Amino acid sequence: MSGHESTYVPKTGIEKWLDTRLPIVRFGADYLALPTPKNLNYWYTFGAILSICLVVQIATGIFLAMHYQPNTAMAFASVERIMRDVNGGWLIRYVHSNGASMFFVAVYIHMLRGLYYGSYKAPREMIWILGCIIFFLMIATAFLGYVLPWGQMSYWGAEVITNLVGAIPLIGEPVLIWLRGGPAIDNATLNRFFSLHYLLPFVIFGVVVLHLWALHTAGQNNPVGILIPREREKKDTVPFHPYYTVKDGFALLIFLMMFAVFVFFMPNALGHADNYIPANPLVTPAHIVPEWYMLPFYAILRAVPDKFGGVVAMFGAIGILFVLPWLDTSKVRSMRYRPTMKIFYLIFVLNGLILGWCGAQLPDAAVVPGMPSFFLIDGQLNSYLWLTRLSTLYYFAFFVVIMPFVGLKETPLRIPLSISEPVLSGPDAMSGAVPAQAEKKG
Amino acid sequence: MAESVVNAEHPEGGAPEGEATRRDFIHIAAGAAAVGAGVMVAWPLINSMNPAADTLALSTTEFDTAKVQEGMQVVITWQGKPVFIRNRTAAELQKVLADPMSSLKDPQSDQDRTKPGHEPILVVLGNCTHLGCIPTFGAGDYGGWFCPCHGSHYDASGRIRKGPAPTNLVVPEYAFTAGSTIKIG
Amino acid sequence: MSKVKTMSTLRVLAPVLAIASLSLAGMASPADAAGGSSKPRSGGFSFEGPLGTFDQAQLQRGYKVYREVCSACHSMNLLSFRTLGERGGPFYDPEAASPAENRFVKALAADTQIADIDTETGDPIMRPGIAADKFPAPFPNATAAAAANGGAVPPDLSVMTKARAGGADYIYSLLSGYPETPPAGLKVNDGQYYNPYMTGDMKPFWSGDPEHVPPGGFIAMAPPLVEGQVTFDDGTVSSVDQMAKDVSAYIAWASDPRATERKQSGMGVLAFLAIFAGLTYASYRKIWKGVAH
Repeated sequence: MSGHESTYVPKTGIEKWLDTRLPIVRFGADYLALPTPKNLNYWYTFGAILSICLVVQIATGIFLAMHYQPNTAMAFASVERIMRDVNGGWLIRYVHSNGASMFFVAVYIHMLRGLYYGSYKAPREMIWILGCIIFFLMIATAFLGYVLPWGQMSYWGAEVITNLVGAIPLIGEPVLIWLRGGPAIDNATLNRFFSLHYLLPFVIFGVVVLHLWALHTAGQNNPVGILIPREREKKDTVPFHPYYTVKDGFALLIFLMMFAVFVFFMPNALGHADNYIPANPLVTPAHIVPEWYMLPFYAILRAVPDKFGGVVAMFGAIGILFVLPWLDTSKVRSMRYRPTMKIFYLIFVLNGLILGWCGAQLPDAAVVPGMPSFFLIDGQLNSYLWLTRLSTLYYFAFFVVIMPFVGLKETPLRIPLSISEPVLSGPDAMSGAVPAQAEKKG
Repeated sequence: MAESVVNAEHPEGGAPEGEATRRDFIHIAAGAAAVGAGVMVAWPLINSMNPAADTLALSTTEFDTAKVQEGMQVVITWQGKPVFIRNRTAAELQKVLADPMSSLKDPQSDQDRTKPGHEPILVVLGNCTHLGCIPTFGAGDYGGWFCPCHGSHYDASGRIRKGPAPTNLVVPEYAFTAGSTIKIG
Repeated sequence: MSKVKTMSTLRVLAPVLAIASLSLAGMASPADAAGGSSKPRSGGFSFEGPLGTFDQAQLQRGYKVYREVCSACHSMNLLSFRTLGERGGPFYDPEAASPAENRFVKALAADTQIADIDTETGDPIMRPGIAADKFPAPFPNATAAAAANGGAVPPDLSVMTKARAGGADYIYSLLSGYPETPPAGLKVNDGQYYNPYMTGDMKPFWSGDPEHVPPGGFIAMAPPLVEGQVTFDDGTVSSVDQMAKDVSAYIAWASDPRATERKQSGMGVLAFLAIFAGLTYASYRKIWKGVAH
C-alpha cells in the first residue's frame, strides 16, 4: 500500500490457491510485516486499544440486543432483567456501559497524542480527518446508546440534545418533529435510536478501515516527527509483528486491568444515579448532565447565551478539528522540538479538563467560594459561567490563533537526522536527513 | 517465526543459541494466556444465550381432571406447549392394557404412563415426537391420535404404533395434589 | 537522540492525567443547591468494599421489614420471589434444587396474594403466589399510588440503592434520620416531613438565622419506622436504627443481587490479567532485546 513490496511467499497449496483468487493471506502477512518506526512509545499503543474497544462494544452490544426491549414500557425492565436473569448478563451490560467510557478515555489520549506529535500534518491529513469522523460518530453512538436504558437521564438528555435541533433557524421545528417521530420523545424516538445505535458502530468500523488504509499509505509517524526514507528503513524500523503486536498487547492488558477495576468494583462510578430512576416525562431531574466524556462539549454549548449560538459553538468545537492540518503553520511536526507550542499544548490539555469540570457544574455556582466579584453582563465574574467562557475562548484560540501564530514565530529545537543516530541537524526537519531525495516513505 | 524475523533483520537482536528454548517458552506461555483469555471472553457471551433464570423458573399449572368427560380430552397450555388431558373409557383402557409390548415401537406399559388410582386419566404433551405437529384427537387406526403432518398413529395411551415418530407422546412431570386436581411441572 | 527533559516529566504525568480525567468523571456530580443535605452516616454494611458480602441474616430481617412495613406503599416490580432464593440472597438454601424450588421461597410466595386470570372463565381472581411470580405491587398503577398518598408516588424500590447518590448509607440515614421535631423557624407544610438527609433547599422556608440554614429537604413520607414494629425471628432488637440498617441492606441486595459474584470474579479476572500482563511483558522484553529504541 505505501509502496512497500510484498514479502509474502505462499507456501502451502491452499495459500497459493487463495493468493491468485483473493489475496487476504498476503494482505494479512504484509500488514504484520510492515516496517514500523522503532521508536514508538506507549502513547502509540492506543490505536490498537481502540480497535479492541470497538470489537468489545460491538460484541457485547449484539448480545445485549438479544435481550433488550426497545419499547418505552419495557426498556428499563428489560435492562434490569439482563442484569438479574440473563446468564452473565450483568457482566455483559457493565462491560458495555463502562466500555463506552474506556473507549472515550482511549480516544482522547489517542487524539492528544496525534496533536502532540504532529500526526495530523502532511502527508497524514486524511488519517486525521477520518479520525475526526470516527470521533464524531462515536459521540453520536454514545448519545443514542445512553437513551436506551430509558432512565431519567436517558430521557432528559435526549430531550435537551434533540431540542438543540429545534434551535436551527427556519427548518428547526419540522426537523425536530421528524427526528423524534412525534411532538415529544416517545416510543417512536426510542425505537429509531435503537436502530441507529446498532447501525453506527458498523459505520465506525468502515471508517476505521479507511483510517488504517490512509495510515499505511502515508506511513506511521513517530515521536521525532521525521519521515524515514527508504534507505534508512533497515536501521530505523522493525516489523510490526512481533515488535508492536506484543507491545500493543501488553499495553492492552494494562488498559484492561483498569477497565476490570471499573466493571467489577465500581461499575456505576462513571454513570449518574438518576439513570436508575425510570424515565418520567413529567419530572425533570435536578441537574441534567451528559456522560463525562461529553462534558467539555456540553460546557461549550452552555457558554454561549444564545441557543443557536451555543449549538454552533458546540459543533464548531468538533468541526475545528477537521481543519487543524491547515491551521498549524509549523514546519516541525513533533512538539518535542517545539518548546513554546508545548506549553500552549499543556495548557490546552488542562483547559480541556477544566471545561469538562465546568460542564457538570451549575452556571451560577461560585468557582472560588466566598471570593467577592462583580456582575458582568449576565452573571457574576466569579461563577462557572464565566470560567466556562474563558475556557471555551482558550479552546478555540488554541486552534485559530495560537497554532498559526506560534508555528510561524517560534524557534524549534534542533531535530535529529534520524531516529537511530543521535546526530542533530538543522531546522529542515520535514524532509528528514536526506535533503536531496525526500521520498515520501513511512 | 518471530525468531527468524528478528535474526534476518536485526542480527544483533538474536540471543545465543542456548537460550532459544527459554525464549520460545515465554512467547508460547503468553500465547497460551491469550487463548485462555479468548475463551474467558467468549464463554459469558455464548452462555448468555442459554435460557435465562426467569425462563428456567418452572412455571406450574393446575387443572381439575374432573372436568374431562369420559372418552374426551381437554387441551391446556403449559410452558408454551399444548398438553392433552384425556379421560379414557373403560373399553379404551382395557385395550391399551392388553396390548403386548412386542407390538410397540417404544415399549412402555400404560401403567407406567399413568398415576396409580387415576388410571383413566392420561396426561401427555401434545406435540408429535417426530417433528412437533399437534396430533388430532380420536383419529388414526389405533383410537388415540393421528398426526396429519407425516402420518404417525398413536394409541389411547399416547404410544406410537405406526408412522415415522420415534417415541411415545411425552408424559410431563405431574402429580395429583388434592382429589382430582393435578399440578403439572 | 535528544530527549527533552519535559517530555520525561510528561511521561510520568500522563498516567496521572488519565486517572485525573477518570476521577473527574467519577466526581463530576453537579454542585448541590444552596444548603445541601447532610452527608449520610455510615451503616457499617458488610457488603461494602471490594471484598464485601451480604449478611444473610441481615437480609432476612430486611426482607421482613420490607414485607411488613414498606410493601404497603412501595412496589419492588423487578424482583421475583425466586430471586430471594438465589445464591447470596436472603433465603438461599444450598440443598434446594433451584431457587424456584426453594421451600422458604415457596412459603413466602404462598403468603402473598397475586392477581391472576382464572384459567377457565377468564375472570380476574386473587391466588396464592408461587416462586416464579413477581412481587405484587400495592397499587395497580401510578395514579392510584399518588391518589392514596396525597399526590406523591412512593417510588419503586427495586434499584433504589443505585438510584440515589450515597446508596445504602443514604437510605439508612434517611430512614433513621427523621428528627423528633423540625428545627424551630422552619415552616413545614401539611403532608411534608423534614429530613436532613433529603435533597432540597430550606432557605425559602427558613425564618431563622440566614447563616445557618438547616440542611436537607422535605419528603412526603412520614417516618415509616417505629420501635418494635417488626418482630425479628432471630431475636434481634428491632430498634429504628436496626430496622433502618437491615432494610437498607435488603434494598442494596435487591438493587444488585449479583454484587458478591461480581466482586469475586473481579478478583479472579484481575489476578489473571496481572499474570498475563507479566508474561506478555517478559515476551515483549525478550523480543525487543538488543534493539536500540
